[in-house]
Amino acid sequence: MVVDPTESAAGSELAFNKSKPAATDLYRFKRRVTNVNKWSKLLWSLVRAILLIGMCFVILYPILLKVSASFKSLEDLSNPAVMWIPEHASWNNYRLAIEVMDYFTAIRNSFTLSLVTTVLQTFSCALAGYAFAKLPFRGMKILFAGVILTILVPPQTILVPSYINFKSFDLFGLFHLFGGRGINMLDTYWPFILPAITGNALKSGLFIYIFRQFFRGISKEIEEAAFVDGAGVFKSFRSIMLPNAIPAMMTVMLFAFVWQWNDSYFSSNFLPSMNTLTTATLALPYKVNVMLNQTATNVDPFYASMLVDTGLLLSILPLILMYLFVQRYFVESIDRTGLVG
Amino acid sequence: MRRARSSFQQRKARTGLLFLTPWILGFIFFFLVPIANSIRYSFNDLKASDNGYALTFEGWSNYSQALYVDANFVRNLTTVVTNMVVNVPLIIIFSLFIAVLLNQKFFGRSFTRAIFFLPVILASGIMVSINNAGFMQQIMNANLASGDPSGASVNGFLQSIELRGMLLDIGVNESIVNYLTGAVDRIYEIISQSGVQIIIFLAGLQSISPSLYEASRIEGATGYEAFWKITFPMVSPLILTNLVYSIIDSFLNNKVTQQINSIAFQTLDFGLSSAMAWIYFSIIAAILAISVFLVSRRVFYHD
Repeated sequence: MVVDPTESAAGSELAFNKSKPAATDLYRFKRRVTNVNKWSKLLWSLVRAILLIGMCFVILYPILLKVSASFKSLEDLSNPAVMWIPEHASWNNYRLAIEVMDYFTAIRNSFTLSLVTTVLQTFSCALAGYAFAKLPFRGMKILFAGVILTILVPPQTILVPSYINFKSFDLFGLFHLFGGRGINMLDTYWPFILPAITGNALKSGLFIYIFRQFFRGISKEIEEAAFVDGAGVFKSFRSIMLPNAIPAMMTVMLFAFVWQWNDSYFSSNFLPSMNTLTTATLALPYKVNVMLNQTATNVDPFYASMLVDTGLLLSILPLILMYLFVQRYFVESIDRTGLVG
Repeated sequence: MRRARSSFQQRKARTGLLFLTPWILGFIFFFLVPIANSIRYSFNDLKASDNGYALTFEGWSNYSQALYVDANFVRNLTTVVTNMVVNVPLIIIFSLFIAVLLNQKFFGRSFTRAIFFLPVILASGIMVSINNAGFMQQIMNANLASGDPSGASVNGFLQSIELRGMLLDIGVNESIVNYLTGAVDRIYEIISQSGVQIIIFLAGLQSISPSLYEASRIEGATGYEAFWKITFPMVSPLILTNLVYSIIDSFLNNKVTQQINSIAFQTLDFGLSSAMAWIYFSIIAAILAISVFLVSRRVFYHD
């Protein structure tokens, strides 16, 4: 599939051509038409195009459907002639959805949360990954097995104890010792910041793994040259390793941001009353129903679903915008991270 | 000389330990302690109060309640595991296929790639949760029930009625037909779960040295042969990686996790929830161990 068969046959064709130097026009025409390789190549690219276009459609279909629904007005819903492009396009749905979700507060909260954890997590994971890759010491293998364990254990297993832990946060009962009570950290950013600083937040194990693979791929010579020139481990890390690791950091930051942004599991439990984008979106169907119930006696389910669709679109809109800009890194950075090595 | 070298190594080891200190602290406080607590809770009855909680030891009763008393847990668990067994091979085959396609040169390649990686961003999050919540489904079904043929076509987007009949006519075994048509019906689910796997495979495909393909072409290998003799063995380590990733990914958000969550935070039965989480984790670990054991023996390492 990767090697196209036409070119392998090209050589033999040439030899064939030489043995019949006096080919007539008819013969040439016949050969062109009956050239199986060429036809099969053409057919393959046609099949490929159909397959890819079809699957792109499958991916985009739900989004397109939501975009179309978000611009429709109530009249368009009952108009059977309207399938995709609404007749009375309006921003009304967006206005209502923004109001119901308290969109701008939510987006600010989500953005702060994702940005802070992303930066901290990238730094701590780079540190750990570098140590695992380049600074061997006894017992490191056991610690790395610990990293793998954090990838494997589902978050559900540790959610309840972490919840209780953060509800009255207490390092080894030290606060109790000094007469205080544990600090309630729910509804603050601390349950996200503390694990992020220490490289144990959402999917951190995976990021440490990515960094380790990447740093292992950087050749020893560069680093040894720095050591010979008198740089310490810190200096070589800061001025040689980190600048080289920008592709890997890019990848990790992207994934960390996206996963934190999309995470509803931890944010709904650790931030029960803070309005982040995920909690706002999850509560949207309920809130829309309540809002519509105030004005009308029975809720039109289609209208409600239209509003929910609009809210969903709004919540993924920042991600899509971001993706448009950094898409190139996303697509191309992985093969530079050495994830594969 | 020998001595100076070892002291440098020692300094490196010390720095390594220093670099790892934050992670080790986090690992202990935010992973090991919660895990140990989780085991403890699963054997106890936990009563939460304003300042902390009280435990009473109960032995295995939480586990037996999860397995024998709770009406939904075992059923949900089997559904989730069956779904995983059905979906993961499809996801791996599909993503390898797409990665091979996206690795070829054609018009609009980077645009197509961008679309195929879109699910990585969108599908992991809220979109799925809302769709799982069944809000849209209810409306769709209501639409279908109203006997409106246009409504049926909305719901029946991507159905493989023709394909099924065709395959059965050819005389293919019925269970295979059901598996294949089921795969076609769930194409959206599969596509949306295979974004990361496609990226990993694509990176692997790009790291295969072109000289291998050139050599095979000179020897007269067809594209088909080149795929099975070069591409497939070279990406086989990544098949293992992707297998592990897909299995973990498929266990992240489903009925069982929702149930574990709701028992903890709505019923406030933390002990039962922890017990369920441990049963769940041990099953995942067993499945991972078996599949890694089976696949890793067939993996080919180039170097």
